[in-house]
Amino acid sequence: MPKDTGIGASSKRREDIRFLTGKGQYTDDINRPGQTYAYILRSDIAHGVINGIDTGAASAMPGVIRVFTSADMEGLGGVPCGWQVTDKNGDPMKEPMHPILAAGKVRHVGDPIAVVVGETLDQARDAAEKIELDITELPAVMDMASAIQGGAAVHDDVPDNLCFDWEFVAENKDAVDAAIAGAHHVTTLELTNNRLVANPMEPRAAIGEFEPGTGDYTLYTTSQNPHVIRLLMGAFVLSIPEHKLRVVAPDVGGGFGSKIYHYAEEAFVTWAAAQIKRPIKWVADRSEDFISAAQGRDHVTKVELAMDAYGNFLALRCSTLANMGAYLSTFAPCVPTWLHGTLLAGNYKTPVIFTNVKAVFTNTVPVDAYRGAGRPEATYQLERTIDKAAREMGIDPIELRRRNFIQPDQYPYATPVAVEYDTGNYDATMSKAAEMADVAGFQGRKAASAANGKLRGLGIASYIEACGIAPSSLVGALGARAGLFECATVRVNPTGNISVFTGSHSHGQGHETTFAQVVADMVGCPEENVDIVHGDTSKIAFGMGTYGSRSLAVGGAAIVKSMEKIIAKASKIAAHLMEASADDVVFKDGQFSVQGTDKSVAWGDVCLTAYVPHNFPHDQLEPGLEETSFYDPANFTYPAGAYICEVEVDPDTGVVDVQSFVAADDFGNVVNPMIVEGQVHGGLAQGLGQAMMEHAVYDENGQIASGSFMDYAMPRAADFPMFEVDHSCNTPCTHNPLGVKGCGEAGAIGSPPALVNAVVDALAERGVTHIDMPLTPARVWSALNG
Amino acid sequence: MTTVSMSVNGKTVSGEVEGRTLLVQFLREDLGLTGTHVGCDTSQCGACVVHVNGESVKACTMFAAAADGSEVTTIEGMANDDGSLGILQQAFQDNHGLQCGFCTPGMIMSAADLLKSNPTPSETEIRGWLEGNLCRCTGYHNIVKSIQAAAATMQGQSQAAE
Amino acid sequence: MYNFDYVKPGSVDEAVAVLSDDEAMPISGGQTLIPTLKARLAMPTQLVDLSGAVPKGIRMDRGGAVFIGGATTHATVAASSDAGAVAGLAGLAAHIGDPQVRNKGTIGGSLANNDPAACYPSAALALGAEIVTNNRTIQADDYFQGMFDTALEEGEIITEIVFPSVHGDSGRGDQTRGRLVSGHYEKFVQPASRFALTGVYVARFSNAVRVAVTGASEGGVFRWTDAEEALTANFSADAVPAAPSADDMIGDIHGTPAYRAHLVQVMTKRAVIACG
Repeated sequence: MPKDTGIGASSKRREDIRFLTGKGQYTDDINRPGQTYAYILRSDIAHGVINGIDTGAASAMPGVIRVFTSADMEGLGGVPCGWQVTDKNGDPMKEPMHPILAAGKVRHVGDPIAVVVGETLDQARDAAEKIELDITELPAVMDMASAIQGGAAVHDDVPDNLCFDWEFVAENKDAVDAAIAGAHHVTTLELTNNRLVANPMEPRAAIGEFEPGTGDYTLYTTSQNPHVIRLLMGAFVLSIPEHKLRVVAPDVGGGFGSKIYHYAEEAFVTWAAAQIKRPIKWVADRSEDFISAAQGRDHVTKVELAMDAYGNFLALRCSTLANMGAYLSTFAPCVPTWLHGTLLAGNYKTPVIFTNVKAVFTNTVPVDAYRGAGRPEATYQLERTIDKAAREMGIDPIELRRRNFIQPDQYPYATPVAVEYDTGNYDATMSKAAEMADVAGFQGRKAASAANGKLRGLGIASYIEACGIAPSSLVGALGARAGLFECATVRVNPTGNISVFTGSHSHGQGHETTFAQVVADMVGCPEENVDIVHGDTSKIAFGMGTYGSRSLAVGGAAIVKSMEKIIAKASKIAAHLMEASADDVVFKDGQFSVQGTDKSVAWGDVCLTAYVPHNFPHDQLEPGLEETSFYDPANFTYPAGAYICEVEVDPDTGVVDVQSFVAADDFGNVVNPMIVEGQVHGGLAQGLGQAMMEHAVYDENGQIASGSFMDYAMPRAADFPMFEVDHSCNTPCTHNPLGVKGCGEAGAIGSPPALVNAVVDALAERGVTHIDMPLTPARVWSALNG
Repeated sequence: MTTVSMSVNGKTVSGEVEGRTLLVQFLREDLGLTGTHVGCDTSQCGACVVHVNGESVKACTMFAAAADGSEVTTIEGMANDDGSLGILQQAFQDNHGLQCGFCTPGMIMSAADLLKSNPTPSETEIRGWLEGNLCRCTGYHNIVKSIQAAAATMQGQSQAAE
Repeated sequence: MYNFDYVKPGSVDEAVAVLSDDEAMPISGGQTLIPTLKARLAMPTQLVDLSGAVPKGIRMDRGGAVFIGGATTHATVAASSDAGAVAGLAGLAAHIGDPQVRNKGTIGGSLANNDPAACYPSAALALGAEIVTNNRTIQADDYFQGMFDTALEEGEIITEIVFPSVHGDSGRGDQTRGRLVSGHYEKFVQPASRFALTGVYVARFSNAVRVAVTGASEGGVFRWTDAEEALTANFSADAVPAAPSADDMIGDIHGTPAYRAHLVQVMTKRAVIACG
């Protein structure tokens, strides 16, 4: 029987009310008294030396308050990188300066050169046209393979354009080489993971404000993690101490990773507001976001999988070129390394694995984490290669996977790539998916399609991801320059209602509802008695933010920890009121009672006593009822599942029609099934978008050929059928108090290989063995027609 | 600058606008109706959809001056008179038809136009109609369900009224 | 956007007078022009809204010819029974852009702009429409002069477009083709913009078949005469000739010239089948 409230209930989202009535408050909806507007003049070439910038005429234009260039910003730090990777020789990665405004050179189309601050945006933009630039164009560094051979350099201090050359697991290299050399069969696949633009529907925006009377700064920004921005920008860029800097991330219209990072525009508006003593608003239009917000993926990889005659995986060897773009974005170095290499075991027992990753600077927009971040790349390599192996070996693709799945009795399972899976059951999700997809009936449907001149294919994919990012001590050892705990304060107000202050920002995930369900469940109160506050550093003690499917597993766990402290203290107050020992007090359904007696006291009475402490154990306790916790997880969580996609391909046009898509996920325990399913739907659409149509394309000069929605194909409603999703095969996480694993990224991780495997299955009879994403009609048609 | 006046959500409003002032700017900046969003600059995303004289249009691709004398409805005008959610709005909440909420006003306004001309759309018709509305969060699944549910509710009400 | 004066004349004469200023530009539905202005790719001093000057609406004369006012929206055409008699035209209008674009965009604006990937030019050309301006009537065969280029002269405004219908169009156009029997527009959509990657309009008349292709060619909309001849002789999908040469086809991130040339053939076959 489904619950109608608390954990396990599909509670309707409270945040919907403001969004459905037009009352949301996104950054661009905020206007500050005396506000000015920033227009950013950006480079229209990919690579060049700045000889001079003449802002004289622009400064004289009507409405112009000031024009800024890098010359005005001496003494400020660069935009920092939050993760340091150590290369195969033990040397730190190359970390070139990333100035707020381009200094000396421009390095990608969209690199900011100057900012005009004006009374109106139109005036600022008019004036920006009067800025005279003297720039000598240089050859654009675009192709990764040739970039690392020398020639033009994006950064003069990195002549080979190589950020790092990383090997993992280095000790396994020889064993992997030997296993591949001696294997019964080796399947080899070269593939590209296409560059994507995150494109949350809300473009980025920022408002900087400075209060001269107090020296306080405020930044309103479209961020997934306001405290991280405060730390990075305050400490490393602008030298503003935390207590003088407030960062507010109000309602945020989606992020998908692209709003994790600290961006130059945030630093600019904050700093410049103090220069002109007025608030400054900057809002990207969509075209501007296409050339300035961090992009995703862009890996070129070779995979080799060694098998014995039975199809047992013996070894996996991968080598990847990972595009960093022109500068290192906040988490860029960890994406192709620790979020990618550690997932190469997938759901399988492969005994030895080795990967080499070369991270390359190019004259393109910086690349960083995008929904899934490294895990989609790992999963795609693995699942495409296994599919190819199954065909080459003549083994059914489901059967080949089953032969190699880690078995339920093997947990905890230490993979050869440094992570330990706590729980899982991959056979169960595969069986569930196969049943939902009616795999048994596929041949009949294929024949029916063939009778209509269509090619039908079935695509299988398993996936596993490491979520709940992450144990601070572990990630610190791996190069993270921050901890990855989460913080929560629970404030019980005098009449018993509850305000929760969480560091997990919500920008679509529904935290305001889900977290309230958890708290209400623990108290035994109606959900509406609980309010969730997020997104403002002046209200919330601390926070590491929302990414890596971590909010419930880490942020939720911090709330649970605080609630446990609250209940422990409240139990002592209750014991005092009931003149009993605290050890004998039990709390259930909003009532404290003494075991074995009929004595009880209600939650509300205890809360009131905490704030009106006339009859109170002052010798043991302080008044009040508020607790803060910092929860640092013991391990990652490992959501996993099986996805099956069925497609029909029109050989005349190359059009791929997704006939059905089935997702059987193991997310551990589920707090709000409705929200979890919604997360999967969205992830599937993004993964299928990557697989079918999305592509950030640059030409050889570094101009982006898909720089607006006119050319960058976004998935639309008519591109998909209804998705079939299931989360019944769950194995709860063993190391967080809620037993949850995270669900935000799964759909985007498992769906690209499922779609591509399905199309290749459809086209196999015509000799096609691989097509690189996106599988546009033109590409599919070309594959069919040589 | 020219003076425009129009009816917005049933109230007569007027203001001074430049020739280049878009309807969406007038709504957001002059009237403070920030529920209508701007998600692109090429007329694709549909976050800015409003009704002008009963038809859905993209408020980012129409000048304020061109709406002079028109009747405009925005998301702020879609709730019931008592402030409770309208049928479409309620259906979106019931069916989890929104996540970040940024595309939602445009989705609601577009769907309202569909249901006016086609009270019983098929799933294919709903998906086809949403060609001009992008959502990055929901995979459209629950948006389609929300519109189906709203259509069913409206049908039920009109049958009950007969 | 650069600023401009927005003017809305009440008559074509008034509009022409304002447009005599070199730096004035006409705007109809604005669905292409406004994004262009936002990108600051045009800098008019006056923007002349034609919606109050140019006729809108659809009527059929006794001979069966269908007259569509230049300011008629795509949505109006899609829903019109008179336009429905212009075989294939309402279906074409129903798939331009998206519903909101169709509520604003106009047939006159589309034909005046002559975007190489727009849908309407293929209809006008395949159906042998007449483009009526404030000065003259231009046959479709003379009107389209390459990408974004038309026979329109300065100060010339499209007021009406005249199409044949299945009820005839006696006394108009090239009557040797005979009466319109059937027609269909088959569009292969560019997935991002929703323009035509390749669109083919097949118009079957009692004595001839006309085939017009949009979206594919560097030269803009064109008549595929090889297919016209083959289909005039034998109106069946099997009669559609091999794909035309890819030499002048558009190549971009959405499709190579060879792919577009191939689509011309496939879309033509599908249009023929849909004509019945």
